[in-house]
Amino acid sequence: MTAISREEVAHLAHLARINIADDQLEHFAKQLDAILDAVAQVSQVDTANVPAMSHPVPMTNVFREDIPVASLAPGAALAGAPAVEDSRFRVPRILDEE
Amino acid sequence: MSDLIRMNASDLVEAMNAGQVSSVEITQAHLDRIAAVDGDVHAFLHVDSKGALDAAAAVDAQRADGQNLSALAGVPLGLKDILASKGLPTTCGSKMLEGWIPPYDATVVTKLRDAGIPILGKTNMDEFAMGSSTEHSAYGPTHNPWDLERIPGGSGGGSSACLAAFEAPLAIGSDTGGSIRQPAAVTGTVGVKPTYGGVSRYGVVALASSLDQVGPCARNVLDTALLHSVIAGHDPRDSTSINKPVPDVVGAARRGDVKGMKIGVVRELSGEGFQAGVQTRFDETVTLLEGLGAEVVEVSCPNFPHALAAYYLILPSECSSNLAKFDGIRFGLRVGDDGSKSVEQVMSETRAAGFGPEVIRRIMLGTYALSAGYYDAYYGQAQKIRTLIAQDFAKAFAQVDVLISPTAPTTAFKIGEKMADPVSMYLNDVATIPVNLAGLPGMSLPIGLAPEDNLPVGLQIMAPAMADDRLYNVGAAIERELLSKWGGPIWAQAPELAGA
Repeated sequence: MTAISREEVAHLAHLARINIADDQLEHFAKQLDAILDAVAQVSQVDTANVPAMSHPVPMTNVFREDIPVASLAPGAALAGAPAVEDSRFRVPRILDEE
Repeated sequence: MSDLIRMNASDLVEAMNAGQVSSVEITQAHLDRIAAVDGDVHAFLHVDSKGALDAAAAVDAQRADGQNLSALAGVPLGLKDILASKGLPTTCGSKMLEGWIPPYDATVVTKLRDAGIPILGKTNMDEFAMGSSTEHSAYGPTHNPWDLERIPGGSGGGSSACLAAFEAPLAIGSDTGGSIRQPAAVTGTVGVKPTYGGVSRYGVVALASSLDQVGPCARNVLDTALLHSVIAGHDPRDSTSINKPVPDVVGAARRGDVKGMKIGVVRELSGEGFQAGVQTRFDETVTLLEGLGAEVVEVSCPNFPHALAAYYLILPSECSSNLAKFDGIRFGLRVGDDGSKSVEQVMSETRAAGFGPEVIRRIMLGTYALSAGYYDAYYGQAQKIRTLIAQDFAKAFAQVDVLISPTAPTTAFKIGEKMADPVSMYLNDVATIPVNLAGLPGMSLPIGLAPEDNLPVGLQIMAPAMADDRLYNVGAAIERELLSKWGGPIWAQAPELAGA
């Protein structure tokens, strides 16, 4: 019923920031289609007047005591970074050059 | 000491207290076992011999000094590679985090270290805990010690296999839809998914935050309870952590008395799709419980047949959001950063290179389910079904103290058998998912071998929130009877590994 297209897969891959090779789009389209087919049964359940549940334990405004504790030293925080410059995360170009 | 690697954790502690053996000797025996058999089993992604032996030596010194020690001090453990461990690689079974060494410990890891539990290493898992077989690990599958051609369950197949292979007497897992219980079932071990919020998630790499829960794994009910009591409790660093006393799981595991209890068999978790031998062992267990004085009744949870579908919308939705943090900027892999590309191009190339196919499928599925035009029909509807499932549980627990079902519909399947068909892989979780959706505790324990294939079958016990002790009480009662019937633990029936 769903029949997800190659173009939709490409769009989803773009939204999720995952480069999918063109020759893989068809493959993922078929698999996503099969999964969506299997989960589509949710639409058959009568949920009129049923509230949505986002979380098993309803809690709001959970605070902890405002006590200063030691935090990570910059060196430790940056130790696993792919690229570092001047004690900061070095990132690829963010703005277009034009 | 005779065979240290086959001893229960509680017996190892007694032997250490009696001065018959040291933690260093116990830890070394397990490291030797890992060296002998893990080439075949591949339960571990990383072994930390020095760290484990250092921790063991420290505990030995404290014990000699007469210090007050925890109930598991000196007993070594395998840690699922989803928990951040300072100074030890934490990959989540993914190339995305290859070589990443966390600068801090998860709260559970801090508790383990404080309890004097030597950490032998990090155990294998499906990538980012997505899978039911450990075949989705980027570092190759783990093999089931009962039959090396079969899966050890997943996502925590490394943690279950290390127990079944006697590489560790204790292990930590995490359970989002069955990742502790289903591996326990197919390896003949015990695993518990505690009440949601019962164990801290701080420092645990998130898959689906509203479902994930860390829990204990061992080869018997009491050891599992002892480990549960070490890791459980409120943590101010986890805002979903429950600020209430930990249920007396150890007392319950020592009690094991079901006389007068009401136990419900879930009608919807049987029949079609459940292997004959699994059903046989389950039915025998019902008879056993009745013989022990429990009243067993059938209860209906009419919305459970929709749980799997709801789960496979909620989980991908949450994981597509949670895994956005793996963008090649702050930690882990970065690909294609040659100075000419934009940050978005680098992110997209990194994520394509770092994530395996199952992770990519689930992220895209979640992105789809959350996108404009589909949100109400998929994610919104799944959340309403989640409410119906919680209501099914509430109605059932108004009639009975615990619910039971088979943990998994089949025994361990062959490696490779379900890799081409994601939907058939997902069906493994049909019985374990409901408690995750409702935030309840669940246990799997071995109840025998299926007659047709001589592979372990697990029983699932489910209880109301913060009544985790009931799992251990019922589990201990069943275990005691089965041990006397079998004349010893289930693993005595397992084949020897060639490396041994």
